[in-house]
Amino acid sequence: MSADTILALGLNHTIAPVAIREKLAFSKDCSRPLLALRALDGCDECLLLSTCNRVEVYFVSKSGAAAADAARKLLFAGTDLTDEEARRYTYFHQGADAVRHLFRVAASLDSMVVGEPQILGQLKEAFRLAGEHKAAGFLLDRLFTKAFFVAKRVRTETNIGGSAVSISYAAVQLAKKILGDLAGRKVLLVGAGEMAELAAEHLVGQGIAEVVVANRTYERAVTLANRFHGRAVPLDDLHAQLEAVDILISSTGAPGFILTRDEVKPVMRQRLHRPLFLIDIAVPRDLDPTINDVDNVYLYDIDDLMQVVETGKADRDQAAAAAELIVAHEAAKFGEWLNGLAVVPTIAALKKRSAALCQAELAKTMAHLGGLSDQDKKAVEILAQSIANKMLHHPMLFLKHEANGMDTQARLSFIRACYDLDETGGEEPERT
Amino acid sequence: MTYLFISTLGIYVAATVTALAYFTTQQEKLRGLGRLLLIAAGLAHTCYLVTRYLQAGHTPLTSNHDAVSFMAWAMTWGFLSFRYRYKVKNFGAFVTPLITLLMVVATLSSTTVRELPPALQSGWLPVHASIALLANSFLALAFCGGIMYLLLEGEIKKKRFGLFCERLPSLEALDNLNEHCLAVGFPLLTLGIITGSLWAKQAWGSYWHWDPKETWSLITWFLYAALLHQRFTMGWRRRRAAIMAIVGFAAALFTFWGVSFLLEGVHSYVG
Repeated sequence: MSADTILALGLNHTIAPVAIREKLAFSKDCSRPLLALRALDGCDECLLLSTCNRVEVYFVSKSGAAAADAARKLLFAGTDLTDEEARRYTYFHQGADAVRHLFRVAASLDSMVVGEPQILGQLKEAFRLAGEHKAAGFLLDRLFTKAFFVAKRVRTETNIGGSAVSISYAAVQLAKKILGDLAGRKVLLVGAGEMAELAAEHLVGQGIAEVVVANRTYERAVTLANRFHGRAVPLDDLHAQLEAVDILISSTGAPGFILTRDEVKPVMRQRLHRPLFLIDIAVPRDLDPTINDVDNVYLYDIDDLMQVVETGKADRDQAAAAAELIVAHEAAKFGEWLNGLAVVPTIAALKKRSAALCQAELAKTMAHLGGLSDQDKKAVEILAQSIANKMLHHPMLFLKHEANGMDTQARLSFIRACYDLDETGGEEPERT
Repeated sequence: MTYLFISTLGIYVAATVTALAYFTTQQEKLRGLGRLLLIAAGLAHTCYLVTRYLQAGHTPLTSNHDAVSFMAWAMTWGFLSFRYRYKVKNFGAFVTPLITLLMVVATLSSTTVRELPPALQSGWLPVHASIALLANSFLALAFCGGIMYLLLEGEIKKKRFGLFCERLPSLEALDNLNEHCLAVGFPLLTLGIITGSLWAKQAWGSYWHWDPKETWSLITWFLYAALLHQRFTMGWRRRRAAIMAIVGFAAALFTFWGVSFLLEGVHSYVG
């Protein structure tokens, strides 16, 4: 079993523009694409993650790049993109890189707003779905369980989640400073990003009357709007909506500005200059920064909010660096475990373990037995070794033969656990 | 200068110091203390106005000392009256210094009670003068609110939070304050002009003389009328309303003092 059978293929906000991402975001139900992936040739296990900012497939396959090509074709099946374009907009990681990538995603190091907590929940949901459809097997099970553990470690040992939560808290505080009581106010979410969701959650907790969601893909807007008992509108409706709302949270990840100063000015007249609080958490920015110059309009982007909560960039970088270190460490540990999962090293380890036990027990026994000739001693040694070897015979056959209902990784893992070959003493493999 | 006046001034100063201390330290004890001191000052001040009335034998509003002192008194009670209806955090830190400043001006003005010229001996005197000064005091409160609004808004716009962001109430609350003060101040201003005009008819035979004080009060009235009109039709709220409250109060102050001291007219014997 080689680590290289773990593959990760996908795209996120940094590599693919939102227009591409949304073409293949599976907004409602990932079951169908997941089963299609599972049915691909050479795909042993798979898991599909689809959020606003990323679509990723994690799978186990011995055919490597060929399987990745097939999976990419399947992901882009519903789009009019050529194979070459699809390749340009996706990344592909194999083995240790794939493991590290997943751990970074789970720890929210790969998010648009680093440290935002939603991604972990989405990952868990994807994992649950894969389990439900029996798409994830032994290896992905182990990998994702580990990823959740890494995410938890990063969250508790670094302050990475602090800034995301405090950003949405700061947004609420600012909204109160500008608008007074938030009860009865309306908020418009443009783009359905994870961070926007978090901020909206905080606002709704303050008695916001209505949540309106505008998104390029209408279905996703509906899904998010339902969460807040709100209303979904098409993105073209943005300007009309702007007249009625008090707070706007934008996180579309469009390449350019979706709203400029010249568009906001006439809206303010129609609003009779009722104040408007704009929060831009997209990277790159959605809202023209000069909008802030318009009277009674207050525009804060993610850096402004960071500045408000006084999590200096240095602090954030430090937390991210500490998190990366944890990820690297855990990925290396996982890699070691994975490498151990090969048949040959397992057999070697098994033999070594039994030889060591024989030597230890012989040494103890010989100390008590006086007056044995060299020939007798030899006979006792041979006796001990042959018992040990006979005891190992069936476990080794069990390891080598596939025809017993368990796949190779499971058998390896089983044997290694039985004989404690990883010498974990229970520290590691039990986490499920 | 009586002891009563000096002690009133002293309590005002103490109230101001307490309000400013509350502003800087944010200690809740100081907030309550400041209010108590201001109530005490307001009560002492009321007593002082009564002694002035007894001393002069007519409503004591004809000298600069009395007019300014009355305005400070009106501001005090105006402020106290609606701080129970609206909770505007740290409003006192802006209002009490202005009240104290007015009291200092009153201290520096002559307190001699002069014989009233025949033209001023009328029942309209207390009505016109007190209404006009009450109007001024509410416009002064709106002015303080306007200053607070601009200070806070500046910090929010510039995204650099210093003294004001945590100490001042929301922009919304300050804008409501502006509306409330003008809703009281503007009708009073209108009434002040109408009663003045009626008095003029009685004293001089015609309603309007285009005397500088009359002209300037009309200018002030138009400023506030424009502000209120725009507020309700065009949505001149918030920032513009705050700026207008400051500009309007400057005009009101000029009407009150500038005209009396700089320009000649029938009102010139006031002051």
